[in-house]
Amino acid sequence: MSLHDHAPVEPGYEEHTHHGNYVKIWAILVVLLFVSVAGPFFGHPVVTLITAFGIAIVKAYLVAKNFMHINVAPRYVAYLIGTMLMFMLLFFAGASPDVMKSTGTNWMKPAWVAAHAEAVAHPAAAHGTHHE
Amino acid sequence: MSASPIATTRTAAGMPTGRLAVWWVIASEIVIFGGLLGSYIMFRLSHDAFAEHAAHTNTWIGAVNTLVLLTSSLFAVLGHKAADAGDGPKAAKFLYLTALGGLIFAGIKFGFEWPTEIARGFTISSNTFWSFYYTAAGIHAAHVVGGVIIMLIIAPRAKRNLDLQRVELIGLYWHFVDVVWIFLFPLLYIAK
Repeated sequence: MSLHDHAPVEPGYEEHTHHGNYVKIWAILVVLLFVSVAGPFFGHPVVTLITAFGIAIVKAYLVAKNFMHINVAPRYVAYLIGTMLMFMLLFFAGASPDVMKSTGTNWMKPAWVAAHAEAVAHPAAAHGTHHE
Repeated sequence: MSASPIATTRTAAGMPTGRLAVWWVIASEIVIFGGLLGSYIMFRLSHDAFAEHAAHTNTWIGAVNTLVLLTSSLFAVLGHKAADAGDGPKAAKFLYLTALGGLIFAGIKFGFEWPTEIARGFTISSNTFWSFYYTAAGIHAAHVVGGVIIMLIIAPRAKRNLDLQRVELIGLYWHFVDVVWIFLFPLLYIAK
């Protein structure tokens, strides 16, 4: 039997988090959700981009800061999460040219190049043709 | 009677081992979901057809599920607050409410949304967009179900004022699952 079997919390957890007004944060998140859903109704791609992804970043920040309390976690946590996000960017930077480009140094995607040539030769016929 | 070894209480990182472990779980999950979402973004930007396929996803169902997850996250952090105050029964009540949110989310997804999409002919093998859709949403939903199971294991002990630190730990995980959905929602349901 451990020394702490009947303690409400394990040692180390005695320092309690400062708890803010969570309902207010939730209300802000819900309002932002409505804005992100309303964005596409304006019919402008830039507005949609901002209301969809800009707001997603703000919502994620609000959850991480206020619900996960990442701002009061030891700096170790910020370094850990930051490192993983850098890995994500590294992956994107390394893989995206192969995925998103049709040609590169000593390589090409024949189907993409053919589709592009077709689009140039017959613009009307190629309209609506997509790579997949 | 024996004292717990120091490694089970506080680490060199300056926080309890359990909390450190959950942050490491979250860090590893960032790579999993980050790779998936990064790949999706690459394809989405280079294939116009993705936008056409995405037009078939149901934005309103996605929005309702987002609202459900945000609300369950609120319950999770209120459970953490109750646990910090030493109120195990209240913390357990909030854990059950959080788990209910997870069940509603999974119920909407598996009971309505996916059957509807499959009935319309959009399956995981229909095309690359739908492969991403089912893979990303499926892996996320598996995390939701896993979180619900853990909460249902933790809640009865929390109700007896035992291991209240676990309420905070499952809450951390749950908020991360919420954050992942916050990014999946615009990618799969809004950017059309």
